[in-house]
Amino acid sequence: MSSTETDYLHIVTQDKISARRRDLGRLMIWGSATILIVLISIQSLDQFSSFEFGFKTWRPTLYAYFFWATCLCWAQVILYGEQGKRRLFILPAVLFVVSMVIFPLIFALGIAFSSWNLSSPDGRQFNGFDNAIEMWSDPFYWNALKNMVWYILAIIPEYIIAFCLAVLLNTQIRARKFFRVAFLMPLMLSPVAVSWMIGKSMLEIRFGPISRLVRALGWDNPSFFGTDEIARFMIMAMDAWTFIPFMMIMILAGLQAIPKELNEAAEVDGAPPWKKFWEITFPLMLPVSITAILIRIIFKLKLADIIINVTSGGPGGATDSVTSFIYREYRDRSNVGYGTFLAIVYLVLIVIFMTFLIKMAERWSRPRY
Amino acid sequence: MSKQIFFDSKNDAAFRPKKFLGKTVIYFILIFWAIICLFPIYWTVTTTFKAAPDVMKGNLIPWWDFRPKWLGLKSLGLSPDRIFVESTVREEFLKRFYNSMIAALGSSTLAVLLGSCTAYGLSRFKYRFGFMRNSDISFFFLSQLILPPVVLALPFLVLYKELALLDTRIGLIALYTLTVLPIVIWIMKDQFSSIPTELEEAALVDGLSIWGAFLTIIMPIALPGMVAAFIISLVLTWNEYFFAALLTSSYAKTLPVMVASQTGSQGISWWSMAALSLAAILPLIIIAIILERYIIKGMAAGAVK
Repeated sequence: MSSTETDYLHIVTQDKISARRRDLGRLMIWGSATILIVLISIQSLDQFSSFEFGFKTWRPTLYAYFFWATCLCWAQVILYGEQGKRRLFILPAVLFVVSMVIFPLIFALGIAFSSWNLSSPDGRQFNGFDNAIEMWSDPFYWNALKNMVWYILAIIPEYIIAFCLAVLLNTQIRARKFFRVAFLMPLMLSPVAVSWMIGKSMLEIRFGPISRLVRALGWDNPSFFGTDEIARFMIMAMDAWTFIPFMMIMILAGLQAIPKELNEAAEVDGAPPWKKFWEITFPLMLPVSITAILIRIIFKLKLADIIINVTSGGPGGATDSVTSFIYREYRDRSNVGYGTFLAIVYLVLIVIFMTFLIKMAERWSRPRY
Repeated sequence: MSKQIFFDSKNDAAFRPKKFLGKTVIYFILIFWAIICLFPIYWTVTTTFKAAPDVMKGNLIPWWDFRPKWLGLKSLGLSPDRIFVESTVREEFLKRFYNSMIAALGSSTLAVLLGSCTAYGLSRFKYRFGFMRNSDISFFFLSQLILPPVVLALPFLVLYKELALLDTRIGLIALYTLTVLPIVIWIMKDQFSSIPTELEEAALVDGLSIWGAFLTIIMPIALPGMVAAFIISLVLTWNEYFFAALLTSSYAKTLPVMVASQTGSQGISWWSMAALSLAAILPLIIIAIILERYIIKGMAAGAVK
């Protein structure tokens, strides 16, 4: 496992593990594993064949899994002494994430290649690549993917606004704490509440304050969710409203970490403010900016709550994100198999896209002198 | 009165109005954006106390162009005249509020506990699980952030049904913990790597075990980071809607789901929706005002290396 010499924290330990102790440790792991496997096989027999053991749910297997996980952690200390105690720091989280992610993902692959409508009595039926063929000719899914591109592109103006606000907050101003709290506020609000507060009431065509304002400005019959472009823009604006503070704070932290001497030196050399920004602040902010944008993209890819609650994809799918589309696919048609297949395709696309982006980001954020 | 001896040079004197103008523009933009940020909250708060005609007339300022009424709180059974009377709406509301609270607090606590241990381990020891080294393990945890909730939602729906965890708070807590764990690990790794290892070395020389050193020496030092991670997890889990909408139906339904389910049916009785939205956002507004420092610290972690 780990060799003590290379650890960041140097500890010299001498563990003398007796043979009996080692046997006990192995017994704990394998014994509990046997219980788990036996339970799984009994329950699968119960589920898939004619034997009846009277299990209602898979709960017993879950408890056996907990038991095995506990024994595995405990046995680390018994088997490896001091080294085992170190493993104990990360083992619970690893077990948790593996059981909560890897296992469901494998399960999802199984569902994705089957036709499974939760409301139909037939249950699950393997159907090979039928879902893929259906996806290929499903205009709404491609439309949702296309919308995602628009939503991702909306991050650029968000970033510019966030950068400007951060620069302003970083200047010598009074009541900075008030402004910081005020600017942070949208991030705290639940997207569902926001979709009522803004999407349903402030943008309400007859009485909403924004409609009144727009009417006063000269747009006689405002309709915010009537045409495709405006509806998409409204969703983007609402999402931007909640997440601009997030980028702003990351950029503000970056700005505050820039040593003052650099700007002072430039000032002594007589650099105009605009040049000072482009030659010093912006290049130094590049790594932070890229991190902020990457995280923002990750959150943007999950965008759904506002869409589900304000437009539920309308008009005609113009505001649909992939997540909200799949959500409706399940909610309206309880089509678990097809929905899962779409989700898996989305995951693959995201992984490719993010890997590409991270690789590019690494190249960009390397300073060029 | 003494005579002024030093005068600004002509250049500086000319500079001043420009600087003043710059300041004004800055304050103008800041106040403008503050209004954009705060007006929806103000609108929600005032709408809670407005009757239908006030909404339709677009009255904004209480006591000046409309008289506040207890309509919003009454619809939740929380107004002064209803608070001591039996009320099914209030029961329902409090149940949802309580569910949200349990789910958010439980998952945040769990995530901070698991995440700090993991982050500590990763920042202090070198692990090897098969081919995976420390950086791979970190990446494994952080990559969970990329995973979109839709991918997990439907498998979990089926799995939870089999495990009889559908519509339970435990099920929600487990999923929420999973979604915030990468963020907690990120923040805590940043926190732990800023603590010098000499501290533990001294503690170990004095005879503490490694877990003893972690619990009694390092944890108290890393407490600000833990608070930051906890609050950010709290914000994310309190506001979570997607999983809750899919995986809960009657018993474990959380507050956002309740808010969402009301939006369609209420028509123009805006005060009740406003009151409900207000209840959903108020706890976090209070937290943001009191603990703003920690939220910013948490979000800035990782931004500045």
